[in-house]
Amino acid sequence: MATEAPPPQSPEDGSPVQPTTEAFLAAQHSAEFAELRRSHRSFAFPLTVGFIAWYLLYVLLSSYADGFMSKIVFANFNVAFVFGLAQFATTFLIAWFYSRHATNKLDPQAAAIKSRLEADA
Amino acid sequence: MSAAYASHTLTQLAASSSTTEHRPLIITLFAVFVAATLGITVWAGRQTKSASDFYAGGRQFTAFQNGLAVSGDYMSAASFLGIAGAIALFGYDGFLYSIGFLVAWLVALLLVAEPLRNSGRYTMGDVLAYRMRQRPVRTAAGVSTIVVSIFYLLAQMAGAGVLVALLLGITSDAGKILIVALVGVLMILYVTIGGMKGTTWVQMVKAVLLIAGALLMTLMVLWKFDFNISDLLGTAAEKSGHGAAFLEPGLKYGVTDVSKLDFISLGIALVLGTAGLPHILIRFYTVPTAKAARKSVNWAIGIIGAFYLMTIALGFGAAALIGPEEIKAKNPAGNAAAPQLAEYLGGVGTTGGAIMLAVISAVAFATILAVVAGLTLASSSSFAHDIYANVIRKGKATEKEEMRAARWATVAIGVVSIGLGAMARDLNVAGLVALAFAVAASANLPTILYSLFWKRFTTQGALWSIYGGLASSVFLVLFSPVVSGKASSMFPDVDFAWFPLENPGLISIPLGFLLGWVGSVLSKEEPDKGKYAELEVKSLTGTGAH
Repeated sequence: MATEAPPPQSPEDGSPVQPTTEAFLAAQHSAEFAELRRSHRSFAFPLTVGFIAWYLLYVLLSSYADGFMSKIVFANFNVAFVFGLAQFATTFLIAWFYSRHATNKLDPQAAAIKSRLEADA
Repeated sequence: MSAAYASHTLTQLAASSSTTEHRPLIITLFAVFVAATLGITVWAGRQTKSASDFYAGGRQFTAFQNGLAVSGDYMSAASFLGIAGAIALFGYDGFLYSIGFLVAWLVALLLVAEPLRNSGRYTMGDVLAYRMRQRPVRTAAGVSTIVVSIFYLLAQMAGAGVLVALLLGITSDAGKILIVALVGVLMILYVTIGGMKGTTWVQMVKAVLLIAGALLMTLMVLWKFDFNISDLLGTAAEKSGHGAAFLEPGLKYGVTDVSKLDFISLGIALVLGTAGLPHILIRFYTVPTAKAARKSVNWAIGIIGAFYLMTIALGFGAAALIGPEEIKAKNPAGNAAAPQLAEYLGGVGTTGGAIMLAVISAVAFATILAVVAGLTLASSSSFAHDIYANVIRKGKATEKEEMRAARWATVAIGVVSIGLGAMARDLNVAGLVALAFAVAASANLPTILYSLFWKRFTTQGALWSIYGGLASSVFLVLFSPVVSGKASSMFPDVDFAWFPLENPGLISIPLGFLLGWVGSVLSKEEPDKGKYAELEVKSLTGTGAH
């Protein structure tokens, strides 16, 4: 459907080499790409659903569960405060967890497919 | 969102001009910042030769540099003044904002930053239009980018004009318009001369200043309480007059069923809006690889998270040390809490107090200027690259012509926002920023996610989700209490508000996702399999990435 070419690839503007559409189609259907896609989606999608649910739980409790949120945990810290700090902690933790997965699992698989495709192009 | 607070009541602040005696010091610090950033801009401008330099800073920034710049683009002055003020007055409910703003970054990290970096070139439209018919989708992406950025820009401009006017003790309308014009001229200079390279450096300088200012104040507050945070909270609760309720949710949003729903709507818009903000998305093009984009998001999460944690100390510190009466006396919305706290910490009436007040005010000014420059760059890039080069010139424009178009677009957008900013200086900024986040989440995010991850997504689906999300969010705000029916509305004297929520996200975000799906399912056009293969393989592997 698309009639226009992808961004220009002329060597004078320093654009990277582009494999052909056929090469991309072949790569997309290869087993190793299916594995990369699975590694990304099976990690990122459930994690996204999880942290959004965890955040919404926090928003809903803040709106509708006053009694629970105002219970004192220790000193002047109540459940709401600890819950809020827990959102910070889980955000940092999920960022670290995803980055570790990406570095260990996704990057090597992506690099292998990329170098093969660019070598053939 | 917190620009919210910087808004309709700031004008009243201008009346109290105890700050006028510090005017020479504040002006000097402002001038130093402006001179330094203009110097950087001219230096960066000399190195800006190609389109890739102008739009993407040559893609040579490191992950840490870009992480700082992303943080600079994200933490607006309103965030600094607004959240501190909201916590100082509403206690725990002010803190809720910080959490939404931070958690939102995970959407960008897990789903958007890396694929976008790999498959796009200069704009958000590059990715949205990749698999689709270029001209209609580029046009839609350009319209949406410019609308989101202008609403965000307008809020910053209005806030900037009033804030600076306030800190300098200027009260006349002409004076305020002059300040708005000055901010507009500066942002035009930053962007036309320095492009992405100059703007990125300005963001970095600002982020460092903001973090340093917040850290200094946080340490001084904690010092006053012997680093006992529980003691700080206890004193704040006691001084607030609300007692333990000050530390619990509900002071601001727990009032009625509608306000609770409004809070949920806001919460959803915040968490889903960030990954659809064009001025944030284009920052990922300034680094060489997707891995660097990922690392820059990680830096940003660390820096922004640390900043929002510090706003807890600043907000509760202001409540405990200054008290709500004095804060409200300066500004009923609490916007002056951070500068007031700075003056208190330095010693009211002493040189130390004057210096602290001037420094923190200059930091707030730097913050606004940088955010405004980032927004202008995003919208002029999208105009030049998406609309001018790919729609009007059908991809036949040379790099030189495209950059010239971008510079002229910057001037045009600057002039438009000076005009709107001057008119909007007394408007409720809350609606504008909330709208920017809600539009980004309703129009941009569904389209980005479907483009990247759903193979049956079509041109019609993309157009329905962009225009549907855009129209429904703007439409609902138009008929909300933001625009009419309440004392704080843009038009308080008339009432055509039938939609009860101030934030449209609860309706318009699901609608944007739904329309993208329905539009694709109902479309007669077959998705372009080859283009999807290119996009999917590129986005996950970085093959052929610019």
